[in-house]
Amino acid sequence: MASNSSSDRQRIAQQRLRIIAGHLRAPVDSDSTILAAECKAQGSKTDVSSERKTVPRRRQEILKWNGWGYSDTRFLFNKKGQAEFTGKRYRLSGMIIPALQNWFEGTFGASVQHKSPAMPILTSSAVQPPTLNEAFVDELKSTGIPCSHDAEDRVFRGHGHCLHEVFALREGKVGRVPDIVVWPNCHNDVVKIVELACKHNVCLIPYGGGTSVSSALECPPEETRCIVSLDTSQMNRILWIDEKNLTAHVEAGIVGQELERLLNESGYCTGHEPDSMEFSSLGGWVATRASGMKKNIYGNIEDLVVHVKMVTPQGVIEKGCQCPRMSTGPDIHHFIMGSEGTLGVVTEVTMKIRPMPEYQKYGSVVFPNFEQGVACLREVAKQRCAPASIRLMDNEQFKFGHALKPQVSSIFTSFLDGLKKFYITKFKGFDPDRLCVATLLFEGDREKVLQHEKQVYDIAAKFGGLAAGEDNGQRGYMLTFVIAYLRDLGMDYYVIGESFETSVPWDRVLDICRNVKARIIQECKDKGVQFSPLSTCRVTQTYDAGACVYFYFAFNYRGLSDPVHVYEQVEHAAREEILANGGSLSHHHGVGKLRKEWMRETISDVGMGMLKSVKNYVDPKNIFGNRNLI
Amino acid sequence: MKMHLFFTFVDILEKRRCSSDLGHALRTYSPSPYEGAPSCSTADLNKAVLESQYLRYVTKETGSSGEDVRQEVCRILEEMSQNLQLGSIRLMAYTLTKVLKRLFTGIFVNMEGLNMLQQAIQESPVILMPNHRSYVDFLVISYILFTYDIPLPVIAAGIPLAGMKMVGEILRRSGAFFIRRAIGSDKLYWAVLSEYVKTIVRKGCAPLEFYVEGLRSRTLKSLMPKLGMMHMVLEPYFKGEVYDITLVPISISYDRVLEESLLAHELLGIPKPKESTTGLLKATKVLQEDYGNMHVNFGRPMSVRRLCQGKINRCQYNLIPRDLPQKPSAETQACVSGLANLMVRIQEEGSLISPWSLMACLLLQAPTTVLTQEGLLWHQLTEKTLWLRKLALDFGAHLNWPGQVPDLDVMSSTVTLHRSVVHLKAGRVYLVREEEPVRKHPISPELDVIRTAAAVLMLASYRNQSLHVFVRPCHARSDELFAFFWFLRDIFSNEFIFIPGKSSQDFEEACFLLNKCGAVDISEQEVIVSDARLEVLSFLQALLQPFIHSYQVMFRYLCEDGGNVFTEKQVLPAVRNRATKLILSGELHTYEALSSDTQKNGLSALQRLKTVTKLRE
Repeated sequence: MASNSSSDRQRIAQQRLRIIAGHLRAPVDSDSTILAAECKAQGSKTDVSSERKTVPRRRQEILKWNGWGYSDTRFLFNKKGQAEFTGKRYRLSGMIIPALQNWFEGTFGASVQHKSPAMPILTSSAVQPPTLNEAFVDELKSTGIPCSHDAEDRVFRGHGHCLHEVFALREGKVGRVPDIVVWPNCHNDVVKIVELACKHNVCLIPYGGGTSVSSALECPPEETRCIVSLDTSQMNRILWIDEKNLTAHVEAGIVGQELERLLNESGYCTGHEPDSMEFSSLGGWVATRASGMKKNIYGNIEDLVVHVKMVTPQGVIEKGCQCPRMSTGPDIHHFIMGSEGTLGVVTEVTMKIRPMPEYQKYGSVVFPNFEQGVACLREVAKQRCAPASIRLMDNEQFKFGHALKPQVSSIFTSFLDGLKKFYITKFKGFDPDRLCVATLLFEGDREKVLQHEKQVYDIAAKFGGLAAGEDNGQRGYMLTFVIAYLRDLGMDYYVIGESFETSVPWDRVLDICRNVKARIIQECKDKGVQFSPLSTCRVTQTYDAGACVYFYFAFNYRGLSDPVHVYEQVEHAAREEILANGGSLSHHHGVGKLRKEWMRETISDVGMGMLKSVKNYVDPKNIFGNRNLI
Repeated sequence: MKMHLFFTFVDILEKRRCSSDLGHALRTYSPSPYEGAPSCSTADLNKAVLESQYLRYVTKETGSSGEDVRQEVCRILEEMSQNLQLGSIRLMAYTLTKVLKRLFTGIFVNMEGLNMLQQAIQESPVILMPNHRSYVDFLVISYILFTYDIPLPVIAAGIPLAGMKMVGEILRRSGAFFIRRAIGSDKLYWAVLSEYVKTIVRKGCAPLEFYVEGLRSRTLKSLMPKLGMMHMVLEPYFKGEVYDITLVPISISYDRVLEESLLAHELLGIPKPKESTTGLLKATKVLQEDYGNMHVNFGRPMSVRRLCQGKINRCQYNLIPRDLPQKPSAETQACVSGLANLMVRIQEEGSLISPWSLMACLLLQAPTTVLTQEGLLWHQLTEKTLWLRKLALDFGAHLNWPGQVPDLDVMSSTVTLHRSVVHLKAGRVYLVREEEPVRKHPISPELDVIRTAAAVLMLASYRNQSLHVFVRPCHARSDELFAFFWFLRDIFSNEFIFIPGKSSQDFEEACFLLNKCGAVDISEQEVIVSDARLEVLSFLQALLQPFIHSYQVMFRYLCEDGGNVFTEKQVLPAVRNRATKLILSGELHTYEALSSDTQKNGLSALQRLKTVTKLRE
């Protein structure tokens, strides 16, 4: 029995690696030699992590400096006009996607003949010379903590992945960027850096995975002090795993895929899988109140965190025990979670872990229309039987998925081809311009998964849903990882876009989806966008009292003199519409600087006062001066 | 922003006169509805209302048993609900073609407006908002939409129509739904009605047609809008249940109104006949007469979303369930009232002014004795009418003055059309009074006053058709400053349509128009009357005079004789008696003081200004 389960575990571990992390070749780490001796000593005994690291200090060596993801991986239209996905990291890598061109040109009124290429390399003259606080730099150097004021390093940490940030980089425009980048290796390094920063009055901006989409990493242009970017990527070890309590103590700089990979090696997982998990870091999740795809089983970050250590200008904040729940006044974790780098740096986190699931199964359901789909999700939530993940795409996204079908494939076989036949032949009552699809992921022990699956499909049937196969479901989730690469492709051809999210009570889900999509289309028209935009949404999470809704929006900007400004106006209007329809300011992306203007109405005057007074106590000199949130 | 489209008016009766009526009634009818959704059946609609969360909340509030309430709701719905059926529409179309052809020379419809309506109906739920001047209005919109393949509306109607044998059922099947008058505090009824209306708007099953003025205007003058229905219609937008709602103001103008004499008598306190099928059949004698043309002007569709921009914070609905019954906030009330008034203003601006209406303005400015006894010189009247035509055009009115016919012919044919009110004899124009019944005793002076008043009030009604053109400059007449303007505007805001909160704009508009026609010179500080154009000002002054005098009679009565507490039922006849006496004694020159409509408006104004308070019994 025991050996059986351990071999099962092995098998599953391998499968998991293949599914999530396996398609990402970990690069050879060139920086392992610079580990500070002291830190190494601290972790040496219980450090279960291997020496391989996903994120090197010089990120630009493997990641794009002006776009999403790995440098070797991108979409392009080849000479025949067919779309191709390069590299070897993903399942889609190296494949031809024949339908994409038609969809792209038809949806956006764009043409593969009209290119809008990015500047290939960064000219260092575009980057302002650093404002250095000499005394700080001298003392920092004496600690032996690595740092750099190289232009490339600085530019890389001056932005997240908002449209306007990436667009500016592609044009070679660089605004205010950090003056120095430091790479602490452990908690104590961070303590030293924060002490020095306070002593010399420099501004610290914590930097984890760099995947922010809230302008949180933008350096405030009005900041005159030296800005230090504190890159946590080298603090990436699992310090210990407590198998009795099923917790792991992890350094906050670790990125999601690495955390899962390492835990998987020991037969565990956190189950926390935000869409950005290839690049986003544990500290970033805590600082933004992240949410993972499989939260239905594992919970969101606030449910997963047992203990947090954060270094602030006032010192280190942490709880005195590792207890599952406490009644000791307001939970101090809630000052830390969602603080968006305004109070300090999260250095170490104790997280719940779970044995890896024995069995995973994807699935999908087609509904005649979006209304029926939402009704089904609502019922699933009501019966509290949501699978690990359940997502509902609207008709436009369904078509988008169709366009991404690769030419030859084994796993990717005919999500929609099969489906098309399916509804045209057997169930042709479905209108291809109205139907929508839900993708499902079940996890757990085999028997329960099958039982669970039946329960969900039975509910779906009541709402006119038809089971549409495992492959379709799996493909749906895979697309999550490549969609960000698609934006870069669009930007090569005059198409810009972005996604944004909200959470909303159940009774308003349909209304908010309809109204926000319509508002986007109307605003584009009013702002002179020539071709009607892509305006689409999906319901990505279900809760007892509501759901999380994601909107995607993109348009062809040919003929517009200031496309980014138009884009921002439309996104602004869309957010106003969301709020007017009872949606939240953000479900998991955070506020950053992009959504700050709506904070007061979101949390009330008193709420703002509370947050401000905490900030004033913890960081009176505004050392953590990224000016996010409040 | 120009709200109305005066390009091509097409006479829709023209085709009907040269092709088969039956063919028209049986034409292929395939409209493209909103979002391609099939119209929902009566049963679906009623069920949605019955099972709504809103009604569940209301049921709990009433405190009676669920089953009782449910039965009551079913009864209400049965009485209320429309049952739109294409078959009935075809029957209706057939009958209407026959009737309309007999009554009218032409029914002119602006095609641009119709085209835009067709477009709008596919984009969002549409509310058709015609003015209401005659019973003929009731199905004419449906008739036009049927002819042009546009989805047919469901129409809010008064419950008395439902009581008419046969006719009620035919109307129901033509899309009418029936609303009780004087609902008062019947909470359940309000709830059912509002849920019914909101469901229609939310689902977008059909365009909704209702009269924002609430009822037929007895005076042909726009009425202060009623807000209840307007609230129900707009709420789905406020609560985010629809992306937008489109309002389409429709102005229906008649050369001659079928009910002209009935209305005048009603205003003098002679009750209107109850709506009944036999009454309708008796009224067939009106079918023998000629009523000239009818103009139906479809206004530019207006987006509620745009109209409410910055006026409504939709977040106010975020903190409690949207179905929970709630009083509208002050902000919402102001917004709804503003929109309702705006719609009536646009209806006014979109109506076409006939030569007859201009002539009526002038006729009424002659002393009544001149009209009844010595007669007004025809050439004087025609000259003045041409002068007034220019003034009206200067003030931006839309005239329906045939261009290809000599002006004199236009005016004399107008008088011929209105021979029930005036007649032309030997170069003079006389007011026509009802024929005296053969009596033994000579008619009493009081009854004689009523006879004259009936004719005067008919004339006044036609004058009222163009009153809105002059009403702003009227208030700013001669040397008044803004304060005087404001005072008059305030007093008369039950009488004429002013959009709340827009007094300075109205004042500016008035000054601009007066300046434009040369009546005043406006420098930075002062408004100076130009001596040369006193004509305009005295015309405007005379136009407003009857209202001022009527209000004065009313106010004086209240001060001197009314006592402190009185009922509306007592006051109206008492004021009428007093006015009759004053007319007989020659102290009062306007017969319009006898109109119950003017009296009621005066009373409402006092109530609004808190001079008079209404006590609940």
